Amino acid sequence: MPPKSGRAASRGAQPHLGEALPIERKLELYYWMRLTRTLEERLVALYRQTKVVGGLFRSLGQEADAVGSCYALEQRDVMSPLIRNLGAMLVKGATPVEVLKQYMAKGDSPTRGRELNIHFGDIGEAGKTRGFLGQISPLGDMVPVMTGVTMTFKMRGEDRVGLVYVGDGATSTGAFHEGINFAAVQQLPLVVVIENNGYAYSTPTSKQTAAAQFVDKAIGYGVTGEQCDGNDVLAVYDCTKRAVDRARAGEGVQLLEFMTYRRKGHAEHDNQSYVPDGEIERWAAENDPIDRFVRVLLDREKVAQATLDEIDARVAKEVDAATDIAEASPFPEPLDAMIGVYADPPVEKPLWFREGADVSKLGKERAEGWGTFDAKGGK
Amino acid sequence: MAEITYLEAIREALDEEMARDHNVFLLGEDIGAFGGAFKVTEGLMKKYGEQRVIDSPISEIGIVGAAAGAAHMGMRPVVEMQFIDFIANAYDMLTNYVATARYRAFLPTPMVVRGPSGGYVRGGPFHSQNPEAGFIHTPGLKVVYPATAEDAKGLMKAAIRDDDCVLFFEHKYLYRRIKGVMPAGDHVVPIGKARTAREGRDVSIITYAATVHKSLEAAEKLAAEGIDVEVIDLRSLAPLDDEAIFNTVRKTNRVLIVHEDTRTGGIAGEITARINESCFAYLDAPVLRVTAHDIPLPYAPQLEDFVLPQVDDIVTAVRRLVGW
Ligand SMILES: Cc1ncc(C[n+]2csc(CCOP(=O)(O)OP(=O)(O)O)c2C)c(N)n1
Repeated sequence: MPPKSGRAASRGAQPHLGEALPIERKLELYYWMRLTRTLEERLVALYRQTKVVGGLFRSLGQEADAVGSCYALEQRDVMSPLIRNLGAMLVKGATPVEVLKQYMAKGDSPTRGRELNIHFGDIGEAGKTRGFLGQISPLGDMVPVMTGVTMTFKMRGEDRVGLVYVGDGATSTGAFHEGINFAAVQQLPLVVVIENNGYAYSTPTSKQTAAAQFVDKAIGYGVTGEQCDGNDVLAVYDCTKRAVDRARAGEGVQLLEFMTYRRKGHAEHDNQSYVPDGEIERWAAENDPIDRFVRVLLDREKVAQATLDEIDARVAKEVDAATDIAEASPFPEPLDAMIGVYADPPVEKPLWFREGADVSKLGKERAEGWGTFDAKGGK
Repeated sequence: MAEITYLEAIREALDEEMARDHNVFLLGEDIGAFGGAFKVTEGLMKKYGEQRVIDSPISEIGIVGAAAGAAHMGMRPVVEMQFIDFIANAYDMLTNYVATARYRAFLPTPMVVRGPSGGYVRGGPFHSQNPEAGFIHTPGLKVVYPATAEDAKGLMKAAIRDDDCVLFFEHKYLYRRIKGVMPAGDHVVPIGKARTAREGRDVSIITYAATVHKSLEAAEKLAAEGIDVEVIDLRSLAPLDDEAIFNTVRKTNRVLIVHEDTRTGGIAGEITARINESCFAYLDAPVLRVTAHDIPLPYAPQLEDFVLPQVDDIVTAVRRLVGW
């Protein structure tokens, strides 16, 4: 039976699942965090070269929360991220090439230039897809959608769990409330992660909720809640893994709150004028998730610095290679805009004032994977 | 008088109305200390305090509903949607509650819902929408969408003073690209009155917002070919200025309607029907439309350019009308 109260599940004498991970897996966690940061740094460079078409959203200082939580999922599980969950996307199998192509609006990006940044997914049958669902911009909307995803797991008797990320700001939306409430009464295997990073755009958490902490809301929804240090990757893994295990065991919705901090502005253009002096520097100096984990690896786990250097070098090489591929790939053809609005008919005629537009061109050969997005007939 | 931008014109209107009437207050996400995502409300919290410039949670239904309640009590709230796309979240509150309040229950609901709309900025599907059609179709709501800095200011003042709910669409492409000199004194532009943006004899283009400027550009190109185009800027979409529409039809006998919103169910269809009903005898050619394709707005520049109306599309359409 799921606990009636939303209070944190008792930790008691349970082992710390993160700390108990074998060293190879801890090094994997390090790899994913480093890859996230390096890829974002590359995106910043591309943004400055105006090769990123729209805005750029960083997760600097939040890598542990995204990576540690998604690492607790199985491949068959489904995850729905937000703009600051690049790390979770990578862990779930999104590739740096895909991410770079998305940001650069390339014609062979996962959404073929229709959508931006990490708004892309790969979802479906367990084992056949990587299991992440593309988000949309309106905040909170993915919570009820994930309710439907996990409802399907339950109806089909599949041993799968869903995990959805929301920011502290997104918890104020009606969609968030309706989604989690519905999932709770249906006792669905859904883990809802609230990333409390202190700000929603310029709005501090104190203007977003009068609750002392988000985890308290679990009581109101009648679900299990837990809070953890979001900048400690092993603690995040531990907390999420236990929640995922409970959800998988039929204990219903799990509400997690990760305490973290957004060190960059809402997007690259935001100068963070609203942040009190010294706050960012303090988090950077004392609470950088990668620095903290490096200390754990070197001091407690006795990993050699050379091992970490090797991983860093590997990451740098991978990001370089991905950038080359993404930069070389083509922009979409204007007529590509016509395909895929409906499953059937797949191709519309351009409006009459585009008389010169040649629809027959739409029949040309496409890059691999095109058909998965555009349904039948689009090739 | 110095020139100010379309964006500054809106801020000036908010400022002057807040100074003039203590019942006017602002609410929205990040509008206070931060001054809004586009900085429209910058400086207003400092000037009028946190009671009159309220930073809200991310709760579009909540803030629109709260504005309605306050408006019933004699206040004049102005709600900012950070992007107008998110007005969809408040659609229920606006269409079911706000739009019917006066008719059902004799409740005055003087409020403004404003926000950045429109594309041409590579914003992708959720930061580029033109959702006006859904609201024009809802009796009880007024809808305005200025194309110039002067109108942005004058219409905002009119919207705030209006005794009904006015949806005020601001084109984000125009925010910092368009400038104007504000007329001296209390500059109010009445809601419901169109404007002749360019006089012409041969063809009328009826349009609003960003495509006013595309149409003017097209008119210049066509003038070089000896085609004299009149451009009517609707400014107000609900109520529509039938007089101005019919007058231009009677004058040029050829009509092109241009809008950035998608085609099916867009306002061009409504205007065409009105012209057919009232001015059929004056038409020398069918009424034509240049609009966005019926496609969610894509992100890549190549795709966005294809989906949205461009100057060349307007030129093509006018040539076809003239050659009819
Ligand atoms: C329904 C809705 N309203 C407004 C916005 C505009 N907006 C985009 S991100 C954002 C702040 C998000 O804050 P939070 O949920 O805390 O996530 P964080 O950016 O801190 O990771 C806002 C207001 C939106 N995307 N959706």
